Amino acid sequence: MRDEAVRALRRVVAAIVLAGLVLAPWAVDDYTAALLARTLALGLVGVSVALLTGVAGLPTLGQTAPYAAGAYASAVVGSRLSDVGVAHLAVAAVAGAALAAATVPLVVSARGVIVLMITLAVGELAVIVAGRWRSVTGGTDGLAGVPPVRPLWGLPVLATDRARYLYVLVVVAVLVGAVLLILRTRAGLLLRARRDDEARLRASGHRVPAQVAAVHVAAGAVAGAAGSLLVVAQQFVSPADFGFDTSALLLLGVVVGGAASIGGALVGAVIVIAARDWLFGVLPGHAPLVLGLAFVVTVYLLPGETHRSGLRSRLLPGSPARPAGAGTERPEPTGVRA
Amino acid sequence: MTPLLSARGVTVRYGALAALDGVDLRVEYGQRHALIGPNGAGKTTLLDVLAGATRAGAGHVSLAGRDVTRLGPAARARRGVGRIHQRPAVWSTLTATENVVVAALPHVVRPGRWRPGARRPAAERAAGAWLDRVGLREVAAVPAGQLAHGQRRQLEIAMALAGRPRLLLLDEPAAGLSAVEVGRLVEFLRVLPRAVAVLLVEHRLDLVYALCDQVSVLRDGRTVATGTPAEIRASGEVRQAYAEGMP
Repeated sequence: MRDEAVRALRRVVAAIVLAGLVLAPWAVDDYTAALLARTLALGLVGVSVALLTGVAGLPTLGQTAPYAAGAYASAVVGSRLSDVGVAHLAVAAVAGAALAAATVPLVVSARGVIVLMITLAVGELAVIVAGRWRSVTGGTDGLAGVPPVRPLWGLPVLATDRARYLYVLVVVAVLVGAVLLILRTRAGLLLRARRDDEARLRASGHRVPAQVAAVHVAAGAVAGAAGSLLVVAQQFVSPADFGFDTSALLLLGVVVGGAASIGGALVGAVIVIAARDWLFGVLPGHAPLVLGLAFVVTVYLLPGETHRSGLRSRLLPGSPARPAGAGTERPEPTGVRA
Repeated sequence: MTPLLSARGVTVRYGALAALDGVDLRVEYGQRHALIGPNGAGKTTLLDVLAGATRAGAGHVSLAGRDVTRLGPAARARRGVGRIHQRPAVWSTLTATENVVVAALPHVVRPGRWRPGARRPAAERAAGAWLDRVGLREVAAVPAGQLAHGQRRQLEIAMALAGRPRLLLLDEPAAGLSAVEVGRLVEFLRVLPRAVAVLLVEHRLDLVYALCDQVSVLRDGRTVATGTPAEIRASGEVRQAYAEGMP
């Protein structure tokens, strides 16, 4: 009975939030509408972080890399080839997936804090490449003046910030819905099982590395698509959009919103990014300090979420690293642990 | 005739300590084979090697005549090796039914299995049948993390059997179970089809003698005796092992 009431409450809250998001551009000015669209794009990157961190149990700081790949691919296509939004989305998703696929060998056999380090390095490398590959990315100046898109062939160009915001909102809703649908298949079941106890999954005959690779590439595609939405929202892209603070804030937002909940991760990421943008004005130059404090507070106040995301055991030595039911720790024998 | 499982000269070292020192073991098709010995004899390590969870430093493992020494646990599971762990290993956030569905998935190849809801009723019905067999129908929708120890043990057995194993490795399945649960476990293993061979590690010798038709005794990482329960009871090596602390 209580569960039904909670579910009903959730539906009501979700409906109110959705209605608010749809009506928002009529309640705010153009600048704020553009800012909201950009924040929604970042929320979609948060969904890809949640897919890896909360659902698959691979804490990541590197989703800004496929996000950047998607954004630049979309900007290049938009500037030189086509103004059709879905084409941009497809190219960006492929670019994000391709970049994620290229990093699969680095991630597939690593776990926990090593994944965090590797993905952090990948994210930072992506920013460096974006800053130096001037012929494609425009270097540190970025690519400016990307023309506005039309959603589909034959539809009018999205000439206003309000129209672009609504386009971003619709795409985010569709992609989040698609992710939720996929998580309801057995693929989602396998991801949850892998997060619970990977060794048990291997012992049942599952090809865990292939599953890790698949979810990593899928999350890359989602982040890539989000990159396309970023370009639509601000018609500009530069390496500053993909720095470490963005990665860290996204991870924080996902943990705050509920690492294992896609909707919660979206909301959490949006709230944290929006708070950052607000704090930039209130406490200029102190964003990293606030970020660090927020991390510490989150790890202590949300032990369940940080545990599920694998963060707590990394940040607080002595916390249980694996859930109950996992195998007992054993010393490594001479030979190879399979 | 080629045995179902053959281990020859299996050696595992932890630094200077030899957990297994040239162990030989042979399990025939359909056999109920027990592995007994004092604590620290290397029984669980041997199961780890046979399941592919630990790779031996030396020696060979064959399954149905094929060398599987270099295969990992997933590949061995797909070749028919099921495992019941010393501590029940289940996916705690998944329901009992979902646990069985996931465990069975690598062994059921059908088109369209990734579509939303594809064949889910059939898979869940099959899982329900396995849960029925181990007496867990009532808790089918309960997350495994909320089940009692004995129920998790039963669930792990259902998961292993849903993978249609040819060889079931049981690591102290009676540990932590109540008398009623042990009785249910014994009855279940007694009626298990002979298509499934069993390699049982168990300290309770009454269970070993009641269930098994072949017994191997391990001590200090070596096989010191193999024979029928009657032969093992009469063996001087085994009596010596008892004297040195075998429960």
